[in-house]
Amino acid sequence: MSPAPAPAAAPAAAPALAIRCRGVEKSYGSGDALVHALRKVDLDVAMGELLMLVGPSGCGKTTLISVLAGILDADAGEVAVLGADLRTMAKREVTRWRGEQVGFVFQAYNLVPTLTVEENVAIPLLLRGTPRRLALARAGELLEQVGLGARRRSAPRDLSGGQQQRVAIARSLVHEPRLLVCDEPTSALDAETGHGVMELLRAHAVRADRALVLVTHDSRIFEFADRIARMEDGRIRAVEPGRAALATEPH
Amino acid sequence: MIRIALKMLVGDRARYLGIVMGLTFAALLITQQSAIFVGLMTRTFGSITDLGQPGIWVMDPKVQFVDDVKPLQDTELLRVRGVDGVAWAVPLYKGLLKVRLHDGAYQTCNVFGLDDATLLGGPPEMVEGTLADLRRAEGVIVDENGANGKLATVRPDGTRVPLRVGDTLELNDHRAIVVGICRVSRTFQSQPVLYTTYQRATTYAPRERKLLSFVLADPKPGVDPSELCARIEAATGLQALTSDGFKTATYGYFMKYTGIPINFGIAVLLGFVIGTAIAGQTFYNFTLDNLRHFGTLKAMGATGPLLLAMILVQALVAGSIGWGLGVGGASLFGIVSRNSELAFRMPWQLLAISGGAVLFICLASALLAIKTVLRLEPAIVFKG
Repeated sequence: MSPAPAPAAAPAAAPALAIRCRGVEKSYGSGDALVHALRKVDLDVAMGELLMLVGPSGCGKTTLISVLAGILDADAGEVAVLGADLRTMAKREVTRWRGEQVGFVFQAYNLVPTLTVEENVAIPLLLRGTPRRLALARAGELLEQVGLGARRRSAPRDLSGGQQQRVAIARSLVHEPRLLVCDEPTSALDAETGHGVMELLRAHAVRADRALVLVTHDSRIFEFADRIARMEDGRIRAVEPGRAALATEPH
Repeated sequence: MIRIALKMLVGDRARYLGIVMGLTFAALLITQQSAIFVGLMTRTFGSITDLGQPGIWVMDPKVQFVDDVKPLQDTELLRVRGVDGVAWAVPLYKGLLKVRLHDGAYQTCNVFGLDDATLLGGPPEMVEGTLADLRRAEGVIVDENGANGKLATVRPDGTRVPLRVGDTLELNDHRAIVVGICRVSRTFQSQPVLYTTYQRATTYAPRERKLLSFVLADPKPGVDPSELCARIEAATGLQALTSDGFKTATYGYFMKYTGIPINFGIAVLLGFVIGTAIAGQTFYNFTLDNLRHFGTLKAMGATGPLLLAMILVQALVAGSIGWGLGVGGASLFGIVSRNSELAFRMPWQLLAISGGAVLFICLASALLAIKTVLRLEPAIVFKG
């Protein structure tokens, strides 16, 4: 039996903790079909940090970011995100908290195809009750930042994969969330486009008052990580600095 | 977000049209078939409607509907006139008599014999001539459809020459002269309608001891018609019904003893079921197709009530448009068939009923969709 790894602590110089998990457990099913997705996960993520979660399929990466984003409830353990103890909050409170504090970037972009690009970007603000005019204006600003100001009235289907992911990034940032959760943001993109998306994320999403947790299989983007947490069988096996991970990653 | 919900709905053109068409079809079928049903049922008491003025109909106690004539003795008229509260009472003859046409053919006609003095109960609309023309010797008024149809003369070359004012007919060996053409409500009896005076009608009718079909009466001012009916029944032993009561009795008879309600009920039900199936299934599929987007909204902080409102708005908007198109289609059908034999009557209550049915369809399909969306695990958004 291997010894339990030390908590994946944030760098000592980190000003504040965005995420603190201790002994987080999550399982699905029951009886013979019981699957332990997370087994006593300890993880710290600091503000201003970009942490990548890597590991083979089924190792629990997506479950972990779902728990961190308040989408799934942990079965056991402590989950404190941006100072909120998610395990003690009512579902409605978690939903409101998520809408205000968390931004999402999905592998499949998840843009609503019947809306324009700027309407898609404005959704998080509209959900918070921001007047449509203001929400669209803010969406336009974000689209300018990601280089798609000229395509604000386009339909998502008229954009390339990389452009759609940039729209998704704009949408994830439009309401100024303090935690950004990205699920395989580059896996559907070619190397060059993926690189561009990561540069965009680093340039616009990584800030001192925001943490970014990114799930990926894509070793081409490890260089953008501040730290890389390697998961296996529901556990965090190791946490390494981003560049060091890049150096040891077989190509 | 409501605007977003609507754009999600109408943006998917194919599905949107599918939902709207399903609802349109349901609304059209429900409204159109019901309107035909109402039209037909209205025809059952068309004669009562046409007579208009009398508030009370007095008849044999065994009479079940307006065409179920069971003659009374003439003296019953005087007995009704003697009941306290009766302002006036007049006789009415209603019977089927054979009319001999110019070409020797016979045609059964529905003959109304009106009170000679007042001519109360005459046709609702005169096309040619006046009701007073009935006072002319041997005068009869013929309904327009009958004059142009079954009473028209057929020439050897096959062309039909409508019956005109001045033409003569023969009723039971008595001559009758057409003095007017009128327009009457269509009834279940397809025979031409003839109006004449009571005395003349009883002359035309085969000899019988009893010839008085109905006594038409009206209450004095301040007397409640229903109360007067009770008084007449108590005093004469006859059946007395208000005009509306007689319509209801006639309508009720046809509802009970004919298959009309079942036949139309099946058509209406079919429209409802098919409409529900098409619209419900399409709307449900639309929601399933958008499940990922609803999941995304949920992940981004959309609350259950907000998603509920979005889906309800989508369903209600599609329902309103579908209902509008369906009712519009049914109205168009009514306008196009206005001058045909088809019975079609679309009172506002029918619009309310079809609106209610469409609303039910929308809410039922929305409910299915809502259940799926509310149970949706937002983690679905992380599945590629």
